[in-house]
Amino acid sequence: METAVFLVFALLALGSSLVVVAHKSPIYSTLSLVLTLFSVAVLFVLLGAPFIATLQLLIYAGAILVLFLFVIMLLNVGREEGIPGGHRAQLVAAVLGALAFAVALWLLLRPALGAAGTAPLTEELVSLSGLAQELFAEYLLPFEIVGLLLLVAVIGATVVARRPTADELAGGVLAAGGAAGIGGVAGAGGMGGPGSLSALDELEAAESTAASWAADADRAGGGARPASFPGGAEPGARP
Amino acid sequence: MSAGASDLLATAIKLAVALGILLNVVPVMVWVERRGSALMQDRPGPNRLGPLGLFQALADAVKFMFKEDVTPSAVDRPLYLMAPVLGLLPALTTFAVIPFGPDVTVRGRLVQMVIAPAQTGVLLFLAIASLGVYSLVMAGYASNNKYSLLGSIRASSQLISYELALTLSVVAVIVPVSSFQLRDVVDYQQHHVWNVLPQCIGFLVFLIAAFAETNRLPFDLPEAESELVAGFHTEYSAMRFATFFMSEYISMTSLSALGATLYFGGWTLPGVHVSGLLGAAVGLAVLFGKVACFLAFFVWVRWTFPRFRYDQLMRLGWKVLLPLAILNLIVVAALTIGGIL
Repeated sequence: METAVFLVFALLALGSSLVVVAHKSPIYSTLSLVLTLFSVAVLFVLLGAPFIATLQLLIYAGAILVLFLFVIMLLNVGREEGIPGGHRAQLVAAVLGALAFAVALWLLLRPALGAAGTAPLTEELVSLSGLAQELFAEYLLPFEIVGLLLLVAVIGATVVARRPTADELAGGVLAAGGAAGIGGVAGAGGMGGPGSLSALDELEAAESTAASWAADADRAGGGARPASFPGGAEPGARP
Repeated sequence: MSAGASDLLATAIKLAVALGILLNVVPVMVWVERRGSALMQDRPGPNRLGPLGLFQALADAVKFMFKEDVTPSAVDRPLYLMAPVLGLLPALTTFAVIPFGPDVTVRGRLVQMVIAPAQTGVLLFLAIASLGVYSLVMAGYASNNKYSLLGSIRASSQLISYELALTLSVVAVIVPVSSFQLRDVVDYQQHHVWNVLPQCIGFLVFLIAAFAETNRLPFDLPEAESELVAGFHTEYSAMRFATFFMSEYISMTSLSALGATLYFGGWTLPGVHVSGLLGAAVGLAVLFGKVACFLAFFVWVRWTFPRFRYDQLMRLGWKVLLPLAILNLIVVAALTIGGIL
C-alpha cells in the first residue's frame, strides 16, 4: 500500500516537475509546480513528517505560488519564446545545474554513507514538538537571522516598488540634483513644503497612489492578450 | 473482520455521513438564501414548489443538469474543464479534520469521531483550504475573457491577504491549547469557557476573514456582477457553473464548522453528556446546529451590507485585520505565559 502510494506520487512529482521546466506557458508551469509540491508533501507524510508536509502545502502551494500566479497574470506574461542561441545556453545551464546538484547531494550523503557522526532522523525529531525544540532552542540564532533577512527583503522590495510622492520628487531634485538614492528620498520631506507644490502636482500624487491598483488591473485585463490562448482573439475585443 | 478492515469500514461510514451532510447543505442553503433574502426585502420569494417552496432547490438542480453546457471556443480547454472540479475538492476535503463527537468504542475498538485524526489538525485544514483559490484563478485565466481574468486576479490577491489574518487568529486559539489537533481544542473548551469569550477579537478577525475567504458579500469582488459581469465564472454555464456554486456553499459550511469548533466548543454543549453511538449522533447534531447559526449569519450579512470597493478591501485586510490579529496573538501569548489562559 505504502509502496504504491510512494510510486504514484514520486512519479507524479517527477513528471510534473518536468512539465514545470518544459512547458511554454508560464501559467501551466506554475500549476505544475503546485502539483509537484503537493506530491512532495505526500512523500513527506510517507516519511513520517506530516508537519513539514502541511507547512509545504500551506506556505508554498497555498501562498507563494498563488503570488506567482498573481504576478504572471497581472503582468500578462505570454508564452515563452525562443531566445537566440537558447538551446546552447540551456544546455550549459543544464550541465552546470546537474553538477551543482551532484555536489550538493554528495555533500549531503557523504556523512550518511560513511555512517560516522550522524544520527538517524527519528520520528521524534520531525514531530511538532521536536521540530519546535530544535528551531527555537538549538537553532534560535539562525532562525532569527533568517527572519531578519526576510524583513530586510520586504523593506527593500517596498522601497524599490513604491512610487515617490510628488513632495519627495520635488524635494529630491532640489536636494540631490536628480540622484535617486534612498537618503535623497528620505531627506526630501522637509525641503519641498506643501507651498512649493502646484495644485496639479498634488492632484497627480493623490491620483497615482489611489488609482495605481486600478491602472495595473486595467492593464492586465485590457491589454492585448498573448498567443497563449488557443483561440487567439479575445472575446471582449470583438465588435 | 481484521483490524485494518474494520478501521477502513469505520472511516468509510464517517466519510459517507459527512459527505451526505455536506452535499445536502447546498440545496438547503440555496433555499435559505432565496427565502431569507425575500424575507429581508419584503417579497415572497420562491413559494410555488412544495411546502414553503422547499422543492425549488430540486427544480434548480434538475435545471442545472439539463441546461446546455456551453464551452466557448476560445477557452484554454484543459484548465477550463478542470477548474470547477478543483474548487469542489478542497471544499469537501477540509471537513475531514473537524471532530464531531466523543470517542466511541465499537466491539472493543476505539473509533474517533473525526475522519482524519491528523497530528497537524487545524493547519491541515488551512493548508487544504488555501488550495481552493487555484480553481478561481484557473477558471478566470482559462476563460480567455477580461472580466474573468480581472475576477481571478482579485481572487488571488484577496485570498492571500485575508489568509494571513485568518491564520493568525487561528494560531491565537492554538497557543493556550498547545496542540494543533481540533479534538484538543474542543477538550480545552470543555474545561474552560468557550474561546469566543477570551478571544473575542480573534473571533471577529476570523469571522471577517472567513467572509473574504469564501468570497461572500461584502467581499465577493471576484464575481462583482456590477463591474465584472460575473467575474471568474462569467464563461461557465449549466452544471459547471453550479459546481462553483456548490463549492462556495460547502467551503462556507466547512469554515463554519471550523469556527464553531475553535470558538464555540465544537460538538460539545455545556450540560449535555451522552456517550456511545448516541453521543456521536448528538455531537453531530450539536455541531451542525452551531454551523447552521453561522450559515444563517452568512446569509443575514449578505443581504444587509453593500459590497466593499477594492481598495477598501485591501486596506481593511492589511491595515486593520492583520495588525488586530497580531495584537490579539501577542496578548493571548502573554496571557498564556502569565498562566491566565
